[in-house]
Amino acid sequence: MARIEFKNIEKRFDDVVVIPGMDLVINDGEFVALLGPSGCGKSTSLFMLAGIYLPSGGDLLFDEHRVNEVEARDRNVGIVFQSYALYPHMTVRDNIRFPLRFKKVPDAEAKRRVREAAELVQVAELMNRRPSQLSGGQQQRVALARALVKDPQLLLLDEPLSNLDATLRLTMRTEIKALQERLGVTTILVTHDQLEATTMADRIICMREGEIEQIGSPDDLYLRPETLFVAGFIGSPPINILHGQVDSEKLRVGEAVAPLVGVGNGPFSIGLRPEHLEFGDSGVPARVIQTEPMGREILYVAESPLGLIRVLESGSQVNHRIGEETRIAFDPSNTLLFEEATGRRLDGAHFHLNTTARAA
Amino acid sequence: MRNRQITNYIVFLGPAGVIVLLFFVMPVLVDIGIAFTDMGRDLQVTKFTLRNFERAFTGDSRLPKVISLTFIYVFFTLAIFNVTFGLVLALTTTAIPKGGGFFRSVWLMPRMSPSVVYIVLWIWAVHGGEASLVNQIAMNVFGVEKPLDLLSNTPVMLIILSNGFIGASFGMIILTSAIRGIPDHLFYAAKADGAGSLSIVRHIVMPALRWPLTYITIWQTLSLLVSFEYIILLTGGGPFQDTTVYALYVYRRTFQSGQYAYGAALALFLIIPGILIAISAWRFTNMQQLLQRPRIEVQ
Ligand SMILES: Nc1ncnc2c1ncn2[C@@H]1O[C@H](COP(=O)(O)OP(=O)(O)OP(=O)(O)O)[C@@H](O)[C@H]1O
Ligand SMILES: [Mg+2]
Repeated sequence: MARIEFKNIEKRFDDVVVIPGMDLVINDGEFVALLGPSGCGKSTSLFMLAGIYLPSGGDLLFDEHRVNEVEARDRNVGIVFQSYALYPHMTVRDNIRFPLRFKKVPDAEAKRRVREAAELVQVAELMNRRPSQLSGGQQQRVALARALVKDPQLLLLDEPLSNLDATLRLTMRTEIKALQERLGVTTILVTHDQLEATTMADRIICMREGEIEQIGSPDDLYLRPETLFVAGFIGSPPINILHGQVDSEKLRVGEAVAPLVGVGNGPFSIGLRPEHLEFGDSGVPARVIQTEPMGREILYVAESPLGLIRVLESGSQVNHRIGEETRIAFDPSNTLLFEEATGRRLDGAHFHLNTTARAA
Repeated sequence: MRNRQITNYIVFLGPAGVIVLLFFVMPVLVDIGIAFTDMGRDLQVTKFTLRNFERAFTGDSRLPKVISLTFIYVFFTLAIFNVTFGLVLALTTTAIPKGGGFFRSVWLMPRMSPSVVYIVLWIWAVHGGEASLVNQIAMNVFGVEKPLDLLSNTPVMLIILSNGFIGASFGMIILTSAIRGIPDHLFYAAKADGAGSLSIVRHIVMPALRWPLTYITIWQTLSLLVSFEYIILLTGGGPFQDTTVYALYVYRRTFQSGQYAYGAALALFLIIPGILIAISAWRFTNMQQLLQRPRIEVQ
């Protein structure tokens, strides 16, 4: 097991800077998720850890040892690729055994470890098949067994669940999490899927264009996003972002005005999570213009003096018809205020928009 | 439904079928027919006979030498150049990040130049006079006293080299594209699993080249067996009969001595192994795997 540290790690491909300088510590035995939009450098970061790419600058430390130039074979890192990358001409057995070929493991022990790894992920009865004769979920398990068979000090999972159907994804999510807890191996999971990240990981690293936007627990990212980007990226359906202006201690949003002390003048963004809003007798007047049943929740889109607002109500019953005039209430402690110039959140700046808002 | 299926077969396969029949099946049938006659320079057939086969098996003293030469020529050209060297070229030029394309084009040049030009260059390089390239180097750099006459002394080596330089590019192109076709993530996975460069070649690249290599071997064996273009230009089959391979021998018998019937019988011995190799390749190497399943199913 290992403690991983990125010290000002940089990665360039010729002139293209993919990761300009990353600082990050992952503790021994921790399960972290790397979350971010496509092309933000998630796979690139993993490939540097696995020894597939060389960092262009900075120090990569495993347990305080610099490993920048250490060959992949001497790092003992297990990796599951998004595409699984099973060797097509080898049987499941040979695929799982492949990493042991290069470790001078005695034959009997290799056989035992291959069998154990296969049993761990429940592919023991598929040993003689080839990858093309396996389903997506089975291939994924074999890839996991291949990564685990060498007893890695670090396990890297690059979007391992993205090719699976919803049910299987759910099962594998639980299985991987349980496995990681049992083995205690330091694990990094790359994903696009925030639900996957929030359910599996101890900590989430949210990346954007090669830089870390925020590191924290799932709750931190959801309730206390440090930037507008994180607020917009985490949460589904996405957060409502309203644009406002602060002018001599008054916040103006659309046609509404609220007192707001302690911040300078300038443009601000207000974040309101759809699930924190509710229809009621008090609050901002609004008219429902769209309803979207989403199973156990209903998403409403309403027109208000503040702009279009999404409201999520639990229950499968559509309570508000299109065209209905109502009001939207929200808890001031759940409002997020971001300075537009920097995109950063202002801590503790809550306001009571609903009390003073007036209809057009 | 049945009718539609039949129409589809005719529409899709008909044109190709006609071509196969006219240019592949018919010549074989004609050849078989002529082989059992006494057709000579006057193109007259007076009787049907087995005499040509008797002669081939018992009465042609030159044939054993021709066959063993053909075997040596085909085997070494294939083993050294068309397969091995083609593989080495493909592996090295895909492994180096830049300049691989340049090396590959260099090896393509002999194939692209007209055969006469190519052979003229060879003759200029190896002829027995002091001015030839080989002799310039041998005499000026290595201090050889008398000019070497490779065309007279090592003609078999020369036909292997001149055919091999051309044949290597065929293997190179096919193997290069096969190597390029291996997904990157397999190389990454192998690297992460601890494989070094040689292990990657052995465990990742070579298995992916199994079918292309089989294909190249079969294809090049057949084409080396039947072609003699470069040999006739470079050595004319000589000196004496030293570089007269089977196909060239058949050609000389048939068109230069006018023994059409005997030539046809000899040609049969080329056609039969050709068909056998093709069929056995199909059966034993499971060549169907090389062919893709149709993307659209025709009812
Ligand atoms: N070999 C390469 N050469 C040049 N640019 C590259 C290379 N590999 C990746 N990049 C660039 O680096 C950036 C990050 O790529 P990376 O694969 O790490 O993204 P990612 O976060 O894994 O995205 P996704 O979620 O789509 O997999 C992308 O803009 C990509 O175009
Ligand atoms: Mg990726």
